[in-house]
Amino acid sequence: MVDVAAEALAAHAGLVGNPSASHAGGRRARAVVDDARERVAAAVGAHPSEVIWTSGGTEADNLAIKGLYWARRQADARRTRIVISAVEHHAVLEPAEWLAAEHGAQLVLLPVDAHGRVDLDAVKNELAAHAESTALISVMWANNEVGTVQPVAEVAALAAAHGVPFHTDAVQAVGHVPVDFAHSGATALSLSAHKVGGPVGVGALVVTRTERLMPVTHGGGQERQIRSGTLDAAGFAATAAALDWAVDHLEGEAARLRELQAHAVERILATIPDAALTGTGLGPGRLPGNVHVCFPGADPDALMFMLDSQGILASNGAACSAGVHQSSHVLMAMGYSAADASSTMRFSLGHTTTSGDIDALMGALPEAVERARRIR
Amino acid sequence: MRVLAALSGGVDSAVAAARAVDAGHDVVGVHMALSRNRDQFRSGSRGCCSIEDSNDARRAADKLGIPYYVWDLSDEFHDLVVKDFLSEYAAGRTPNPCVRCNEHIKFDTLLERADALGFDAVATGHYARIEIRDDGVRELHRARDPLKDQSYVLAVMGPDKVAQSMFPLGDMASKAEVRAEAAARGLGVSNKPDSYDICFVADGDTKGFLQRELGEKPGEIRDESGEVVGSHGGAYAYTVGQRRGLGIGRPAADGAPRYVTDVDTARNVVTVGPETLLSVTTLEGEDAVWLAPDVPATEPTPCEAQVRAHGSTTPGRVVLRGDRLSVELDSPMRGVAAGQSLVVYAGTRVLGQATLAKRDI
Repeated sequence: MVDVAAEALAAHAGLVGNPSASHAGGRRARAVVDDARERVAAAVGAHPSEVIWTSGGTEADNLAIKGLYWARRQADARRTRIVISAVEHHAVLEPAEWLAAEHGAQLVLLPVDAHGRVDLDAVKNELAAHAESTALISVMWANNEVGTVQPVAEVAALAAAHGVPFHTDAVQAVGHVPVDFAHSGATALSLSAHKVGGPVGVGALVVTRTERLMPVTHGGGQERQIRSGTLDAAGFAATAAALDWAVDHLEGEAARLRELQAHAVERILATIPDAALTGTGLGPGRLPGNVHVCFPGADPDALMFMLDSQGILASNGAACSAGVHQSSHVLMAMGYSAADASSTMRFSLGHTTTSGDIDALMGALPEAVERARRIR
Repeated sequence: MRVLAALSGGVDSAVAAARAVDAGHDVVGVHMALSRNRDQFRSGSRGCCSIEDSNDARRAADKLGIPYYVWDLSDEFHDLVVKDFLSEYAAGRTPNPCVRCNEHIKFDTLLERADALGFDAVATGHYARIEIRDDGVRELHRARDPLKDQSYVLAVMGPDKVAQSMFPLGDMASKAEVRAEAAARGLGVSNKPDSYDICFVADGDTKGFLQRELGEKPGEIRDESGEVVGSHGGAYAYTVGQRRGLGIGRPAADGAPRYVTDVDTARNVVTVGPETLLSVTTLEGEDAVWLAPDVPATEPTPCEAQVRAHGSTTPGRVVLRGDRLSVELDSPMRGVAAGQSLVVYAGTRVLGQATLAKRDI
């Protein structure tokens, strides 16, 4: 957590009132919640009443996909299509797959190009042919694995022209690249506190006031009856502090990270035989902190082990609950073979990363890749 | 030494890892994910490679303060153990998948990876002892506790791999002692039930598993004269020496019990006969590995032969010729089926191992 967020969390951890209570303690907590709501709204270009607090990005995505699907289908039984990109995070992909398996939805996966960018012609054709039967379209703002920034405004415009609600999972983007909800034209947008230096366990779905959402959690009717549950005043205050910090420092931090990113990529590609940067090239089309590289022939478990034992905390793809590495659906959608999709590593650069860390990485990486390639 | 401790999630491997840590080694815990069905939870004491086992292994590593990783060996396990298990049964042999797993997964794939990643040894929770002699020869011996001894399923690893392995539980007096040590160390798995049966046959029904995978293949059961005495749903499901579950209504002429004496999967015929037909006095093994360079056995050498995990031994004399191993037994042995692992001992010491060849009756 960034210092300002930790301080905000500590400062409000002693608040005892339930923000929904009418007594003085409740009012004090409510003021903290709404103050945080206003700050988060301002940071992402939304109106405060558009912010629905959740327990994180996953819940925000679930609420968007299920809530939009159920509401739209209830209003018009023909609307059963869920259109998402093939490279969505599992928090979008799996609720969509579940709705297809259990609730009569038809799931449409939009193809991406070799850089992981969604095919706009496919979006156009899909909406031109099936707008009346589509419940929602969801395309992430930026990809969590390869860092590709998606053409969100273009997709939003196409969706709006066909009267289809558009959700974007902006968990990776908020605080790292400029995000303006109102300007984007999206109907709904997910964000997560811990991705901007805030606490784990807090997120929000930003959703336009005119869009109806079916709730996923029922109970006390908090958050416009859409998301019941007692509100976490201290967590929200910390989130607002982190997001303010991230947005205030966005320009300088992005420039700093892009320099480190270029430096890291240049050294990796120059040092490791056959290493290849995945996704788009460096520039505005890629998240500034993302370095995702394919090391063909390297065993993913071995690579992970070798780097971790040298103090390099990097990730390769998504892990299931048993901790088993799985080939990335993102890279497979980009046209990689299952083997190459496995032989990848993501090095995330953030506010604590320095050029000394890149040196440390380069001290460990050549041997790690060399050894990981010895494994058949 | 840099030691890779294989952590299954059970009590044995956890205590073995703890002992390697105590011995002053630099230990890293690795859980091998062997199942392709990664969401599988354990049912009762059966099954392995589940999420729960992985969690138990991780918690043991936490307690020991060692790094922990999960390595995905499910493709290797499927290709080298499960598929082999099925094709061996389909060919009328009786494989031991645990021997195969030790040979190809634990002491081949895992050892090779450990070696490539800079480890000096792999420690597991197997019950066996390694004694290093003054001349450098590493002798593989039965564990101190004969009930838990696993030298039979380990013999297949051969001398080179013995040199890279550690079995810290070999001198434990009993499983109870291992559990007590686990409890004293605060390991949460101290009371976890032992796993039995074949880990990839989750419900323990091997015959049903074979039937699902290999399909129903009805055929005849004949006696030694060739007369049809019963029927079966697939010859592959029968094992030489088997007495139960034959479903033969008519008793033998002399009233003596009948046993499976031959399984011919090519003709899909199971042959039964009296116990005397099962007795063999010679064992012929292929693909031999020899762990006793100081005992070359080029001439008949006294030994004890064992063909089953936890089976009894029969004395005899062994001769090693290239990759073939033959044992002349002092007294007949019964229930000998092709595909089984033959392990030859001298006292508690493992001399060598081979796979029993198909024989003619």
